[in-house]
Order: sequence, then structure tokens, then C-alpha cells
Amino acid sequence: MSAKDEILGRIRSALADAPVAQEVPREYRKTSDMGEAELIDLLVDRLVDYKAGVDVIDAAQIPEYVAAKLAGASSVVYPHGLDTGWLSGLGEKVEQRIDAPGARLSIAELDETSAVVTSSAVSVAESGTIILDGEPNQGRRAISLVPDHHVCIVPISSIVRLLPEAMPRLAITRPQTWISGPSATSDIELERVEGVHGPRTLDVLMVRGL
Amino acid sequence: MWSDHLEYKVRAITTSLDYYEVRGIVWSDHTLKESFIMRIALFATCIVDAMYPETAKSTVKILERLGHEVIFPKAQACCGQMHMNSGYMPEALPVVENHINAFDTEDYDVAVAPSGSCVASVKHQHPFLAERLGKPELKERAVAVGKRTYELSQLLVDVLGITNAAEQLGSYFPQTITYHPSCHGMRSLKLGDRQLDLLKTVGGITVNELPEADQCCGFGGTFSIKNSDVSTAMLEDKMKNICSTGASACAGGDASCLMHIGGGLSRTGAKPRTLHLADILASTMEETVSL
Amino acid sequence: MTQVFLGMPAGGQGNLFETEPFPKAAHRELGNTQMRKNLRHATHTIRDKRLNVVGELPDWEELRDAGSAIKNLTMANLEERLEEFEKNFTARGGIVHWARDADEANKIVTELVKATGSKEVVKVKSMATQEIGLNEHLETEGIEAFETDLAELIVQLGNDKPSHILVPAIHKNRTEVRDIFLKEMPVVDPNLTDEPAKLAEAARKHLRKKFLSAKVAISGANFALADTGTLGVVESEGNGRMCLTLPETLITVMGIEKVLPHWEDIEVFMQLLPRSSTGERMNPYTSLWTGVSEDDGPQNVHIVLLDNGRTRALADRFGRTALNCIRCSACMNVCPVYERTGGHAYGSTYPGPIGAILSPLLTGIEVEENGSLPYASSLCGACYDACPVKINIPEILVHLRGEDVDANRDKHKLPTQMDLLMKGGSWALGKGKNLGLLEKALPLGRLMSGKEKKIKKLPGIAAGWTASRDIPAPPNKSFRDWWSDEKESK
Ligand code: SF4
Repeated sequence: MSAKDEILGRIRSALADAPVAQEVPREYRKTSDMGEAELIDLLVDRLVDYKAGVDVIDAAQIPEYVAAKLAGASSVVYPHGLDTGWLSGLGEKVEQRIDAPGARLSIAELDETSAVVTSSAVSVAESGTIILDGEPNQGRRAISLVPDHHVCIVPISSIVRLLPEAMPRLAITRPQTWISGPSATSDIELERVEGVHGPRTLDVLMVRGL
Repeated sequence: MWSDHLEYKVRAITTSLDYYEVRGIVWSDHTLKESFIMRIALFATCIVDAMYPETAKSTVKILERLGHEVIFPKAQACCGQMHMNSGYMPEALPVVENHINAFDTEDYDVAVAPSGSCVASVKHQHPFLAERLGKPELKERAVAVGKRTYELSQLLVDVLGITNAAEQLGSYFPQTITYHPSCHGMRSLKLGDRQLDLLKTVGGITVNELPEADQCCGFGGTFSIKNSDVSTAMLEDKMKNICSTGASACAGGDASCLMHIGGGLSRTGAKPRTLHLADILASTMEETVSL
Repeated sequence: MTQVFLGMPAGGQGNLFETEPFPKAAHRELGNTQMRKNLRHATHTIRDKRLNVVGELPDWEELRDAGSAIKNLTMANLEERLEEFEKNFTARGGIVHWARDADEANKIVTELVKATGSKEVVKVKSMATQEIGLNEHLETEGIEAFETDLAELIVQLGNDKPSHILVPAIHKNRTEVRDIFLKEMPVVDPNLTDEPAKLAEAARKHLRKKFLSAKVAISGANFALADTGTLGVVESEGNGRMCLTLPETLITVMGIEKVLPHWEDIEVFMQLLPRSSTGERMNPYTSLWTGVSEDDGPQNVHIVLLDNGRTRALADRFGRTALNCIRCSACMNVCPVYERTGGHAYGSTYPGPIGAILSPLLTGIEVEENGSLPYASSLCGACYDACPVKINIPEILVHLRGEDVDANRDKHKLPTQMDLLMKGGSWALGKGKNLGLLEKALPLGRLMSGKEKKIKKLPGIAAGWTASRDIPAPPNKSFRDWWSDEKESK
């Protein structure tokens, strides 16, 4: 008998008493009517708590803010679907590297790249979570992982309050990364400290009018 | 059946309506206390019966002071939790059956026990044991008895509407105490602050807050024997916290935990002693319980 | 080590066994004052954090109800859910393997690694691979496994054993961690301080090259979604993302109980899990992947679905909800016993309250010393209150004690002291009359307690009590007798 058949057979005999499970009560909050100003405040509060940098800006200010965040960087990678206008404020000193299908940066190249700029799919204010689901303006997972500094654009229109509100907006077949602050650990005495293997700096630009 | 009305009444109180219906009559808080005499069956619990009879007497006193009638079903012995918690299920069965037989009668309105863990056992463990041993009929009876059984503070606060022990019970106890909420009352019965709130309203009393109050004292029945070292380590912390309050007594709602804590305090020669909630509530200006 | 009973699925193997009775292990661990200080500090920190973030959610209880019900429903239809998951994971280019037990899982993983030609693997913290002893097995096959989670790294470098399911090095404080790093890391700043941020940085430097060059990664999974074929890993440091994204081959080992029916179900568990485990509103990183994604991440993606005693636990009507566990560790963080003994006292990969039920459920209560685990609790119920999926741990502990007593009944020829006590108690407490009769002896007990009015020493198993506690002098008369005399005669 194959392992699969045997395990499934064991499950069948284990459940020979035919337990009836109750229907799942889903009485938890699934929607919220929080206004935009409060959503922004809540998300800012959570991200600051995670020690992320946060600015709330207008769309027209993106180039200026991206440039300011990347002031010390020597190079930046961006996914092929990103609005390159967002990088138009960067000076000559910052080398811009595109990561595109058919023209992927190697891991070594990513390791030598100081920063990454991506957009994001949806953000959950209550938990301070920014979700990347691999859209062309967010790119593949490696680019937002290997460089040590992540500048992430969060369109204010994409902020929801609750996680259940975010679910329908996500494309599940592509790999997802949910980000709540820069990398951190609680492994020493259960106290949280920021900055381990993932990007140690996370700058979030929350943008009106996108 | 009376018990059905009663259940309705209790539900009404816990959902904070200010009226309830008993025996087909709608009562306000006031009328219940003034004119409704309940027949209350005391489940003394084996440890109180044999080791702390004063606590059972105190329970009787409090309820009689309120004008209710107390009966003591003589067939009762023990809830059987020691057996169940030690894994001796077949041996627990006669004990549990005896309890259900003693209390599955129409002879009383509600049953009360001065113990959170024994009430939790009656309410939760009895049906579980019956289910585990494949006795559906017994389970049904166990559930019915459980529904009518109350821990003392539950009965006083939820059913009898006591909010001020000094005023309504005449309780007076001019001592500084602290209070340990026993686990089963706190978690299994979700007593919340009922016991503590009652204590705080006793005349002349000072209640000092116990640090880490929600931590188990380490008793756990035969746990204290089987895992004596761990139990003792837990007890030591509990005693340290009790002594840090400067209280001369630690009150609680479970005689077994109090015996455990008290036994430790006695062994180390520490000053505070332990005292049951019922004994403090029964203490009055005229007849003050001494430490 | 495994005994097979007719009609009962095989028990689990691997690191699931207590090798000495719990009280004995506990006695030793209680003497380790440094460990106790570290644990007290860590567990108390996390308790407050958890209460704060749980208190923030007005619908916490509703989330728990949903989480618990989703799990029960899944277990009741486990076969269908697993088949569905396999179908969807396979359709997206993943490969599914099934392993009856630890040995089989270890063999499958070894074969897969060998097929890549790689001699080393990077690992994301995973309870399942800890349980089956994968690292040790790989080592015997000449494959080196590098743990990348900070706490796992501390344990691995220190040649230690994990003592907690979330923070395996919880028994070490920052200074001890620093000392391990200084001693064991090949390249390390000799002036390394014990500041947690500096220690984290040292770990980053130590592992960076490994991540960037690794060809094979091994992970666990926090959940598998049946209707989409998706796997998820919940983590903090980014070591998970590194392992799940950069290597060419990814092998995930997951217990069969981790499957969830629907994609939407994670909206429940991703609210319950982070708040219960690290006391955070959300963990820094969660990765979700569905089979193979062209151009993004490993192109060679496997999952090993592991039984190893899970079907045996499932067969226990009163214990099967232990399989609902999402490994958040809240139960051990609030447990007064765990806080004092630490995780090593439980022997198994799974310590604390959940370990005290899960280990014997997976292996069978009668093997090794696992029968002593269900007694490692005062039944205070703090675990049940904290558990995000509402596993009634105290009730299962009591149930398993019953199983243990019954299993031993047949073994012993002579009854133990406890047996006799319980038999006698059953008679004495089985009738009001009998108890009343016994209570006639109270004055005798009073006499024995002497002038001090306390009993200080008892023989036999009761000596465990009088080792640290007195017993008050019994009263002259029971309440029962007082009632007869005072109330009934009037
Ligand atoms: S039993 Fe509950 S509290 Fe304990 S680890 Fe599992 S899910 Fe968490």
C-alpha cells in the first residue's frame, strides 16, 4: 500500500465515530466604516510602532520623497511595472537597476544594490501590515528582500482597516509577502529588536491621489 | 419546574435586566429579597464537611440571615474531582453518581457550595465523565444538577443580588486581608471579581491587592503529591506575594487551595493565615471571627 | 520504541519521548536558578504583551470561536481536505510526498536533497522537522543543515536542545547568547556586546553568505490552504523569506493536521496567531506560495505530508482537538509549571501544556515515560484561557490521566499506594453514610496533631504533601454531625 493510501486509511478509521462538526460561526468583524483620515492615523501609528519610517504625502511629492529616502544609496532596484516617474528625482549618483522578465538581476547583484522601491497591493491599518502580491509594480519577491533598504509606496486608496477586508483584494496564485515593519526578532528574552535578515530599513510613503 | 424559572431569572440578571421571573411572577430586585424565600441545598463538599465545618456553618448563617431556608441533603459526600483529576475514572463513578442522586431532586431551588472547584467539577466534569464512560442518561442528569448548582459568590451576587456585604449581610471584619482567586472559580466558572467585590464591601475590612493574584497556588489535588517539587515552587511564590501585602489573612473561595497555602504558611512560620470567604462574610459586629 | 495496537493507528516516532518521569526531570530543572530567572523574565514579558494586543480586538472571542470551529470542521473531513490540497498544489507545479512516520519523512527529504547534488541545506524553523529529528538524520547522510532562525541558531551553535516551540533558546539570557556566539561563530567581532540588536546583527553577518548561496532550503509550514494549494510561513527575521525565495529547491515538511479548507480562513488565523505568540499585532513577515511561480522563487517545490502519530491522536475522541494546535506557544507562556521547569523537563519537541497532551497522544500513553506528562499540570486552566483555538487542555489532561491509569491497571500485579487510596476513597466518598462513618474518627486525628494543632509528617505518598506543608488539626466534629445535632434535633 502506498504511504498516501495508508495514511488516508488511518484517517478514515480514526474518524470511524463520524464526528459532526458545527458550522463555523463567523461573527468576527468583516467590514468597517472607518474614514480615510482615521485609517491613515491608525496605519501610521502601527508602522511607527514597528520602527518603520512613515510619510504621508501627495502623489506629486513622490519623486522628491523617494530621492530624499535614497539620499545615501549608491544603487536602487525597481520592478519593471513601477512608474519610473517616481524615480525621476534621483540624482546621477544613484544607479537605477530594473528587474524585468528576461532581464533578472542575479542574487549577487541584488546583494550589491543598496535599496529597492516597490508599490504594494493592499495595507491593513489595524495590524500595520503591507501586502505585496507580485503585481508588476511590486516585482518578484527577491528584489524586496535582498537589498537592505525598502522604500514602499502605499496608495492611501489601498488601505483597509481589517484583515478580512484585504482578502478579496489579493491575487492568491502569485506568491505573497505580508510585511509589518522591518525585519525583527523576539528571540532574545522575548524582547523585540529590529534588523535581522530582511531589509533593516523600511520607509513607507503613504500617498494620496494614487 | 422551578429550576427552569430560576435559570431564566439568572439569565435575566446576567444580561443586566432589572427584573426577572420566578414561579410565574415578575420580581424586581427588591421584591425578591423581601418576599421570596428560597430553599437552598447546601453542598458542603467533603473537605469542608470533614476539615472546615465552620465554613459550612458560615454559609448556612449567611443564607439564613437573608431569610432563606437551607437544607443539607445527607446523602451527599464529594464531587469526585480528586478521583477524576487523578485519572481514576471507574472509581470516580460511584462518587459522581452519589452526588447526582443526592442532588437530582425537586426538594430545593438551588444548590450552593462554598467552593469554586467543586462547583466547576459538578458543572463540567460530571457530564464529561458520564460521556467518557458512555452513560448518556447520567450525563443528562449531571447537566441538570450542574445548572442548579452555584458557587457561593455566584449565588449571592447573581441570584440574591448582594452588592454590599456590610449593608445586606451585616458582614464586619476589622482586619487587613488579601485575596487569592482560586483557578477554577476564576477560569472555569468565570467568577470575575464577584468574591473580591463582596470582600471589599465588608464592614471594617481593608483589602490589599495580591501581586500576581491570578497565578495558581500550586495545589492541583494530587498534583501536590505527584509533582510535589513543582507544586512547592509555585506555593513559595504565592506565599511570598501574600506576605508582601502585609495582610494578616489571605481570603479565598476554595478550602482546598486555602489548606494548601495555609499549610505552607504554617510550615514556614509566616504570619498570615488563610480564611474562607464565607467565614468573613458571616463575621459580624456581634460575633466577629478572630484570626 | 513504538508499540502497535490492533485497530489503533501507529504511534509517532522521533523526538516525542520523555526519557525519565516528569517529576524527576522537573526536580533537576528546578535547581537551575539561572534558567528559572531567564524563563520567568521572558514569560512574564510576553504575558503582558499578549494581554495588551489581545485586549485591543473587540472580537477576540469571536475569532477564537471561528478558529476553533474551522479546525474541528477540517479534522472531521481531513481526508477530503488533504486530497484537495494535493490536487491544487500539484496543479501549480508542486510535488506532494506522503510520510507515514519520522523515518519515512527523513528518507524522502534525504533523497530529495541528494538529487540536487547539494551537501548542505538552509532551514527555516520548523517543529515538524524538529520532531522527526531531520538534522541529525541528514548529518548521518553527510548533509549539513544550517538553522537560520536566531533562536534555533543559538541552540544549534550551543549544542543545546530547544526548550520552547517559538523561542527555542528562551532558557538562555542575552549574556549566555553572547558567550555562545563568541565561542562558536567562525567569524565574529571579539568585542561583541550582549545588546540584543548587536547579537541580531552578528547572526545576520554569520548567515548572509549561506542565504545567498544556498541551493536547497527546508521549511515547515504554518498552514496549507486546500482550495488553492497554498502554503504559508509566518516569521519575523526574514530568514524565512530568504529560504523560501532564493534557493532553487524548496522542501517543506508539514504535519497533515495543518491544512485549512479555504484561502479566507487565514484571515482568522493571521489575527489569532501573531497576537497569541509574540504578542505582536502582526509578525514582520508572512510568506505565501502556491506551487511553483515562474520567474519567482524556487522552481523545484516539494511538500512532505507527515503523519507520525497524528492519525493516532485523531482516533482519540476526547483528545483529537489537540491537533487543532497552531503552535503559537501561548499556553506554555502562561503555564506556571512550564515557567518553573522549562521546556527540557518535558523531553519531547513539544513542551508545556500542549506538549503534555500532544506527545502522549502522538505516541500512545503507554510508551516510555510519556504517561507521566499528563500529570505535569495543576489544572489551573491558564492554558485553556489563552489558547487561540480554545483547546480544552485541562480536560484532555484529565482524560489522558484516565488512559494512563487504565493502561497501568493491567500492567501491575500489585496495586500501588495511589490505587489503594483511590479505591478506599471511592468507597468513603461514594456514600454520605460512609463518609459520615469515617468522620467519626476526626477526634482521633485531632489527638494525633498534638499541642501545636498541626500534622507535620505523614507516611507514604502523602509525605509529598508534608514535605513543605502542614495539615491543620481536624475538628472534633464534622459539619454533617453538627447539622444532625443542631439542626435536625431541634
Ligand atoms: S495549544 Fe493552543 S495555546 Fe498552546 S501552542 Fe497550541 S494553539 Fe497555542
